[in-house]
Amino acid sequence: MGDRLNESLSWGNALIFTLWGVVLLILVLGFVTYAIYFERKVIGWMQHRIGPNRVGPLGLLQTVADILKLLIKEDTIPRKADRVLFILAPALAYVPAFGVLAVIPYTQNLYFADINVGLLYYVALSGITTIAIVLGGWASNNKYALLGGMRSAAQMISYEVPLVISVVGVIMVSGTMNLRSIGEQQGDWFWQWNFLPQIIGFVVFIIAAVSELNRTPFDLPEAESELVAGYHVEYSGFRFAFFMLTEYVYVYAIAALTTVLFLGGWQAPLAFLDFVPGIIWFLLKFASVVFFLIWLRATMPRIRVDQLMGLGWKVLLPLSLANVFITAVYLELFVK
Amino acid sequence: MESYVNNYVIVAIFILLGILLPVVALTAGRLLRPHKPTDEKKTTYESGNEPVGEGHVRFNVRYYVYALMFVVFDVETVFLYPWAVAYKQLGLFVLVEMAIFVALLLIGLLYAWRKKVLKWDSI
Repeated sequence: MGDRLNESLSWGNALIFTLWGVVLLILVLGFVTYAIYFERKVIGWMQHRIGPNRVGPLGLLQTVADILKLLIKEDTIPRKADRVLFILAPALAYVPAFGVLAVIPYTQNLYFADINVGLLYYVALSGITTIAIVLGGWASNNKYALLGGMRSAAQMISYEVPLVISVVGVIMVSGTMNLRSIGEQQGDWFWQWNFLPQIIGFVVFIIAAVSELNRTPFDLPEAESELVAGYHVEYSGFRFAFFMLTEYVYVYAIAALTTVLFLGGWQAPLAFLDFVPGIIWFLLKFASVVFFLIWLRATMPRIRVDQLMGLGWKVLLPLSLANVFITAVYLELFVK
Repeated sequence: MESYVNNYVIVAIFILLGILLPVVALTAGRLLRPHKPTDEKKTTYESGNEPVGEGHVRFNVRYYVYALMFVVFDVETVFLYPWAVAYKQLGLFVLVEMAIFVALLLIGLLYAWRKKVLKWDSI
């Protein structure tokens, strides 16, 4: 990939880039399928249940069966819904979720787009999903969907602010927004990774990221006991599947981003372990972040709506701003 | 230069693939799934009751205030990002400047806090 990026663009190269994109798309779809299976299985074990075990060996084909079922379900669109926006919303939610994966590097040499504003591109594009959620809630012309969509938008924009400010510390330490350089600059020992020097930023980032993903303990937009299902009440069949797919693609994206920004990307945790290929380390860290998200879901109850906004604006935002200035003063005193 | 163009071509390819998947999947779905609409199926869902009133109900004005605050602080991050990238090359002067800028915005946040905008008291 790296060599081809320096050649001038030809149809052949464009075709190769597209093929790599398709490979990643298939990998991501595979990840989503098995992340759902894994999540159900792990939560099952944590609650002393067995989890899915009927379809295929060990239940491995359960999610495949679920997707097939969604594909052949009848697709109903309410008479009162705004048809065009209703159809547009799930696709609009999904496009940025896949688009952000273009800038994520996996190792030194395995990456897709290597752009200077990688991190900015990520946060800018991921914000578009919020619009799709409001759109879905509004176009359904349903009370639950509207309230769910509004709640979801309020939550996502409230937590987007601490999320994007918490990574400013990492940008300052690295002096770049290029994700590959950020990964490269973290050293071979685990205490050189950004998560220890940037511990406040890391904690704020994780909390805000869980909230952006609408996952427990911040799953209020889908609070089934209050809002039935939230913004996607009226969606059925494959349109509903696209909202679910978006969520899990973001789980993939956030787990990969956390790995690159804070957990040293493809670097080995101890310098003498660097004979193990970088991709293995990347996958191990990535899998731990995904497991952490699932673990959190089995452990935490949902927080109340009044606590939600308070936490975002009164705690996380001042903390993330404090982190920026602590990092600035540290760099001023000890690095320059 | 070539690598600059190529990188953005990849970004464009990813976005195109992102558009393509919903189009292909929903078109394939249209061929596979049944389509037998009835009047009951096309009514708006309201926990099994007949829908009352209109769907676009009034909602809390608080959402609007949050959106305003989001705009303020998101613009702040637009300034913070380039500042953070260049910080190591710049002097103490820019740190003071940014401190003044953030302090101004924090006064806004404190004002909203005092006015109980951040307190959530209904749906």
